[in-house]
Amino acid sequence: MSSGPSTREERVLGIIETARAKRPRFKDERITMAHGAGGRATQTLIEGLLVPAFASPEPAPLDDAARLPLGEARDRAMALAYAATREPAAARALVPSLVFTTDSFVVTPLQFPGGSIGELAVNGTVNDLAVAGAHPLALSLAMILEEGLSADVLRAEVEAVAQAAEAAGVRVLTGDTKVVERGKCDGMYLCTTGIGQLDPRARLSTQALRPGDRVIVSGSIGDHGTAIMLARGELGLEADVVSDTRPLWPAVDALLDAAGPCLHCMRDATRGGVASVLNELARAAGVAVAVREADVPVRPEVAGAAELLGIDPLYVANEGTLVAFVAPERAEDALAALRTAAPAFAAAADVGEVRAEPEAMVMLETAFGGRRVLDQLVGDPLPRIC
Amino acid sequence: MRFVDEFRDAQLGRALAGEILAAVDPGRHYKLMEVCGGHTHAIYKYGLDDVLPANVELVHGPGCPVCVIPMGRVDDGIAVAEQPGVIFTCFGDMLRVPGSDRTLLDAKAAGADVRMVYSPLDALRIAKANPEREVVFFAIGFETTAPSTALTLKRARAEGVRNFSCVCNHVTIIPPLRALLESPDLRLDGFIGPGHVATVVGARPFEFIPADYGRPLVVAGFEPLDILQAVQMILRQIGEGRCEVENQYTRVVPYDGNQRALEAMAEVFALRPHFEWRGLGFISQSALRLSDDYAEFDAEGRFDTPGVRIADPKACQCGEVLKGVIKPWECKVFGTACTPEHAIGTCMVSPEGACAAYYSYGRLTRQREAV
Repeated sequence: MSSGPSTREERVLGIIETARAKRPRFKDERITMAHGAGGRATQTLIEGLLVPAFASPEPAPLDDAARLPLGEARDRAMALAYAATREPAAARALVPSLVFTTDSFVVTPLQFPGGSIGELAVNGTVNDLAVAGAHPLALSLAMILEEGLSADVLRAEVEAVAQAAEAAGVRVLTGDTKVVERGKCDGMYLCTTGIGQLDPRARLSTQALRPGDRVIVSGSIGDHGTAIMLARGELGLEADVVSDTRPLWPAVDALLDAAGPCLHCMRDATRGGVASVLNELARAAGVAVAVREADVPVRPEVAGAAELLGIDPLYVANEGTLVAFVAPERAEDALAALRTAAPAFAAAADVGEVRAEPEAMVMLETAFGGRRVLDQLVGDPLPRIC
Repeated sequence: MRFVDEFRDAQLGRALAGEILAAVDPGRHYKLMEVCGGHTHAIYKYGLDDVLPANVELVHGPGCPVCVIPMGRVDDGIAVAEQPGVIFTCFGDMLRVPGSDRTLLDAKAAGADVRMVYSPLDALRIAKANPEREVVFFAIGFETTAPSTALTLKRARAEGVRNFSCVCNHVTIIPPLRALLESPDLRLDGFIGPGHVATVVGARPFEFIPADYGRPLVVAGFEPLDILQAVQMILRQIGEGRCEVENQYTRVVPYDGNQRALEAMAEVFALRPHFEWRGLGFISQSALRLSDDYAEFDAEGRFDTPGVRIADPKACQCGEVLKGVIKPWECKVFGTACTPEHAIGTCMVSPEGACAAYYSYGRLTRQREAV
């Protein structure tokens, strides 16, 4: 056999592949900022520490929102509904499935162009519900306040929560308040939990991804993260970039209407940006995702700031932008519906497709015509010096 | 973005790639080294490997200033960062480089006040805002970043800022290139010269490469069309039997460099007799320290540091990978003891290092070759 060297290369690649496929083990001695950045360290923390600790008997996908297990009560209601309607679909429409999710918010500064922590706290949670196909029913709000926080600031944020909740069509029904000593928190931290009702049109699951599915983003990417970085004022840059924080239900509603069961899966592209969401799904579904860089909508101001900072907008956080996977036969309809659903989604674009191989990888066809892997973030997105 | 997008035009790129393909000898393999980490980054970012003919191979050189910092220096930095009252500042991607047992990010998580800055002037600003604290800047980089450190120190002196000092790890580009070229097992056909360094030092200092070692060098810019054009210029030299220094990056690089930057460096820095490079070992006169005139700003004099030399692991073959002698997967520890999460050598430390790139993308590359 003359294939000696290439066999050895195969073996080395095999070792790498085995190592990558292994469930990550959480071995770090301390928590670093990377554990909160949404990349590989976050994944290690979740899959290596949290999942084993909270494992349920049935394996559940790691979605941003979970079905509430209502057990026998729901079974009985379903039986009654089926007896009345004699149709599974009609029965499902009568008996709501509940979905819940939680999210916490630690943004600095508290107010930034385009929004504030209060608005974010509502939109973040209702959007996690929305991309799970659920319309929000109720929110809880927990606040951790720093001693010395100005009452006017608090008042403004409470008002922001109320307004955002009204815009999203949901009410805050319960909550909690804690105060910590000065210096123990950064002004205020908020945590919201949301319960939503699953839309009967939704058939969403990571397992539903199929080769050929189109990848659609709902608008220009990277606005939120860029707005925050600029608002911190450390960079001495000024640009007209505002956060995209907004409720996503109108987009989800339009997509469900246009594509129904052909809408296979959605994700809210928050922390870690579009690239992190795509990696997460490629891993979970065991598929490849190919992205065409030239088709990804990025505002010139965001592209310019990212260029200066040495950061890729595909990894920058959004707070009102989703990624949807739609079967090819309904993709055009879905995109058209999304673009007309609201002005905020006019820039929605088809940016790529699902492929069978290479499994669990995201590839980018660069605007220049080359190809590269769009990998998971290894740590916080740190600017390069050269 | 004006003046940037013009250099990223995909159509022009395809045309240029076509010209390169037509010009190469199909029976020959060309190995070109891009010296600078910035080029390596651009090559990955735009997928240029994919655009070039299969027999034109780009080898990633020693010009990533972050990954050549040896472990002992990182340990020294961490030791300074952990002194009470110190605010330790450095560029972002330095934070993740492993010392003998941890990174600056780990030290930050354990309580040290480590802050990322975009410029040494930011560090000086922090010093002025915190007069009761000692502010230390961990200076790294080639001649590209050294002038800004020099100007910052000149300003610190002019303004009488006494709580500011600098751990100087600045390195120079010529000595490691010479070390590479001296190696008997070198297999490189030409060099893409470092455009940023050349902006400061000019193109002239690279003339020894064609003169003494018979390899062409083209100083190049950092946009994809710049790099493709530089490759074309090198291949044209090889095809025509020429061997010289050419400047592709004329819109930025003056052939004789930036005199004012060089003067500032000469005032603030002095050559170290030798300096250790991760993966390459000790190279004489390859790094800068603060000059005696600026010794008061030298953090190495102000703080106790372990100053221990941590040897590169014996099994690490980064030097051979850098010289293009072996492929990453041929290294004894590749993919087993040495991975991106637990890097041993320089080529695995930075995501653009040859080994880290192969670790992440090797499977894709093989698929492409199989097609």
